[in-house]
Amino acid sequence: MSEWETVIGLEVHVELATATKLFCSCVNEFGAEPNTFVCPVCLGLPGSLPVLNERAVEFALRVGEAFHFDVPERSIFHRKNYFYPDMPKDFQTSQYDEPICVGGFLEIDGRRIGIVRAHLEEDTGKTVHVGGGGRIHDATHSLVDYNRAGVPLLEIVSEPDLRSAEEAQRYVEELRATLRAIGVSDVKMEEGSLRIDANVSVRPVGALEYGTRAEIKNLNSLRSLRRAIDHEVARQIARLEAGERVEQETRHWNEDDGQTHSMRSKEEAHDYRYFPEPDLVPIAPTSEMRATVRSSMPELPAARRARLVEQWGIGEHEAAVLVATDGLAEYAEAAVQALTAGTAKDVANWATGELLGFLNETGLSPQVLPLAPDGLAELVALVADATLSRGQAKDVLGEALRDGKRPTAIVADRGLAQVSDESALSAAIDDVLAANADAVSEYRAGDDKVRKKKRGFLMGEAMKALRGQGNPQVLTRLLDQKLDAP
Amino acid sequence: MTGTSALELAASVRTGARRAREVVEEHLGRIDAADAEIHAFNLVLADAAREAADAIDAAVERGDEVGPLAGVPVALKDNMCTRGVPTTCSSRILDGWCPPYDATVVTRLRAAGAVVVGKTNLDEFAMGSSTENSAFGPTRNPHDVTRVPGGSSGGSAAAVAAGFAPLALGSDTGGSIRQPAALCGVVGVKPTYGVVSRYGLVAFASSLDQIGPFATTVADAALLFEVIAGHDPCDSTSIPGPAPAVRDALDRGVDGLRIGIVDELTDVDGVQREVRDAVLAAAAALEAAGATVERVSVPSTTYGVSAYYLIAPAEASSNLARYDGVRYGLRVDASDVATMNAATRDVGFGREVKRRIMLGTYALSAGYYDAYYGQAQRVRTLIVRDFERVYETYDALLSPTSPTVAFALGAKTADPLSMYLSDVCTIPTNLAGHPAMSVPFGRHDRLPIGVQVLAPALGESVMFRVARVIESAAPPHTGGAS
Amino acid sequence: MVHVARLARLGLTDDEIEQLTAELAKILDHAALVSALDTASVPPTAHPVPLQNVLRADTPRPGLDRDEVLAAAPAVEDHRFRVPRILGEAP
Repeated sequence: MSEWETVIGLEVHVELATATKLFCSCVNEFGAEPNTFVCPVCLGLPGSLPVLNERAVEFALRVGEAFHFDVPERSIFHRKNYFYPDMPKDFQTSQYDEPICVGGFLEIDGRRIGIVRAHLEEDTGKTVHVGGGGRIHDATHSLVDYNRAGVPLLEIVSEPDLRSAEEAQRYVEELRATLRAIGVSDVKMEEGSLRIDANVSVRPVGALEYGTRAEIKNLNSLRSLRRAIDHEVARQIARLEAGERVEQETRHWNEDDGQTHSMRSKEEAHDYRYFPEPDLVPIAPTSEMRATVRSSMPELPAARRARLVEQWGIGEHEAAVLVATDGLAEYAEAAVQALTAGTAKDVANWATGELLGFLNETGLSPQVLPLAPDGLAELVALVADATLSRGQAKDVLGEALRDGKRPTAIVADRGLAQVSDESALSAAIDDVLAANADAVSEYRAGDDKVRKKKRGFLMGEAMKALRGQGNPQVLTRLLDQKLDAP
Repeated sequence: MTGTSALELAASVRTGARRAREVVEEHLGRIDAADAEIHAFNLVLADAAREAADAIDAAVERGDEVGPLAGVPVALKDNMCTRGVPTTCSSRILDGWCPPYDATVVTRLRAAGAVVVGKTNLDEFAMGSSTENSAFGPTRNPHDVTRVPGGSSGGSAAAVAAGFAPLALGSDTGGSIRQPAALCGVVGVKPTYGVVSRYGLVAFASSLDQIGPFATTVADAALLFEVIAGHDPCDSTSIPGPAPAVRDALDRGVDGLRIGIVDELTDVDGVQREVRDAVLAAAAALEAAGATVERVSVPSTTYGVSAYYLIAPAEASSNLARYDGVRYGLRVDASDVATMNAATRDVGFGREVKRRIMLGTYALSAGYYDAYYGQAQRVRTLIVRDFERVYETYDALLSPTSPTVAFALGAKTADPLSMYLSDVCTIPTNLAGHPAMSVPFGRHDRLPIGVQVLAPALGESVMFRVARVIESAAPPHTGGAS
Repeated sequence: MVHVARLARLGLTDDEIEQLTAELAKILDHAALVSALDTASVPPTAHPVPLQNVLRADTPRPGLDRDEVLAAAPAVEDHRFRVPRILGEAP
């Protein structure tokens, strides 16, 4: 039995976050009432003609910059001809052999993953299947909404450079983070603004040629991407080891049964009859267009991670978490800017801990948090100057996030300020020692075990007397001094 | 019998000498009297025309600016979208469809004060050269009702020839304005590709289609041309900047111009001797007016028809895919969507449309693209280069518009190729994207002959000047229905 | 021809197929004139007018009224275009 190597290439469809559709001025927005964002162009009415959205071109050029693509002097649109009711013209206007971006790459964990191309195309409408539990095969009929028809898509096609489901996931994560950072898409898989098809094959380790691949569709989350690849790899290996062949085909991932299913239908093989779209003219990105895009590129996630590790002294993982969550790194950076005491590392700790927990729990984004970044800076300072213990700070942050109150205001309202004043603490300890003379004697006479126990008891009594607000470090130091005094 | 020209009508309406309503009634009366026999119109918009005319009259009374076509009746080929008014392309598949928007040319006509009197018959989806391929029956030639008016804009040509409207719009993909203009004895213009917006023109072959005017005189055609020409941001292939000005130059004559007679389009098999003689007589008239006229060769134009019948059907097969019974128009029900699409298209499309869809689908299909569609696009380059070379020496070119005068109804319906060859003289300019127009010049057998004037891209100004001189030299009784 | 008819979604009868086959053969014979030319060094012309970068500002404009749009449809349900069952997934 041989060892097998997995080979994966991904086709990622990204809906661009333009205000309007690719070829008409209809609103590009998810979730509206059906057939309310339509016009003669995106309905494919007779006589209508497309006009290309300049922002979609700009976004494609941004993607070109972000992933080191070559942008050819000229790119054009073709018509991809096939009949389907979600496609108003019964052809899709798409770039074909002259796309806007060619030959790019992205790096994951130091490995370079090639990207063959990125090309512009229009999205289709959305179909609802009626009857049969909403599945296409058992439906009695279907209903079409064309709000999505004509929404700009950028299809980003990787080389078959990915070697595992985990690596495929890392690739998508990095792609998403970068696309979000450059502001071209909201990359929400659950809303379909980022959709993935996976080309999967296996080959014996050491083989130079690729195996026959299957294209897997309907991958609606990173989890299904991983599961589907793992399942498909196992299926292909099982076939090959049983002496069977892998068919080149399209397979549909079924989240419920955890398997991929062949989509082969009785219809003949497709022949898309591509030809240059006569209603559109070539795109020839000018040096001005490219310079404008280049000068407006934000810091990309990889660069930002490296900078945060370097400047803040935090770990790779922490930096990755900050950058991976939309707006979190920006929030943390604003908080660091506002710091009066404490360190950037403290900010990162809170941001990737309690703050991220709160975001995940509530589904809020950092931009709309009731607590502004300088509020977090305030909290860090309160801990740094020992006004609050870490435990107290956690409570205060929770309240601040829920109610939008400033941490200093909460501390004042609740009378929470930590007692660090040595004379106050010293007096409290003296009272406790006087009231518990037995325990003091036992401590002084006892072995280590007894000493530890009695010390803990006395510490607790002192803290109780201070209503929990004594600075624990100072309190411990003073108590030890007094107990060990001759 | 057409009476007053559009220029004169507009002038009299603008000054209040005539009421638009009266002009419109006069034309509606003619339609009423004669269109049952001619069948130029799919739909006459009598009430809407009266309303529009009244509005113009009211504006004139108020002293408002009413536009250069004030009160002039205009007929529209029924493949141009009119908001809320059926637009059928003479096809069953669009029967009853009312577009929710106006074509750009329609908007421009209205803004210029024109009164749309109806939608004219055509070969289904503009595919044909005789207007016999209409789901609603053929249009007849006003000069001889046993003969075809040409096509595909036969309804618009016949409407102008019959005096139903002094002006009409047609669309020209391979000669669909010029050939019927020739056969009906009126002026027909195919502008430079990109000069007139295609927005709202139901597409046949997108890289070839162009809207243009029909008129009884060259000056009227120039007037209508200027109203519809000009950049439109809704059409990506629309040429930016101002359109060629033609009216100012109209009477500058041809003194000093160099004009070529295209051998390959004039001495070709199937061109009637009388048609050829008319071209030579028109050339002589130009020479007499001070132009230099020579014979020229544009060799690649001989491949025009072959290249055209690969490119146009290919684009059409894609453009006509959308008639699938889902969103508008006809649906023939079936148990699944693919069968419904096929049944709808089988019932909804006529023979010629199916023939071209099949031809175009084949020309684009895997394994044939390079030999057919791809090769035709390269030949197109050869034709463009050939013309450009000739236009380095010549200001304009001449040829017949149609090889023959109007032929009898039914004469060519059994043989598609013979019908296709009736566009042999007009097709090359569509492939090149250049302007060309047909001017009536004499008759054969009582039937009008058209002479074609060809010009380089954006050369409309010279083209109209040449046409004007030919018109003024035309033998008596050249124009109008007998 | 049957394959081409299927690609073009035309439900043609056998008679129609037979007749079209003969007609198209004749037309394609004529087209062979073009196929025979040596054009190896000639680029294709897709557009008669050489324009480029015709772009539109990304500014939304109101679309069509939904009732008007749906009124044109052969069948409507739940404000959507209704179609008979679809036998296969989109390619």
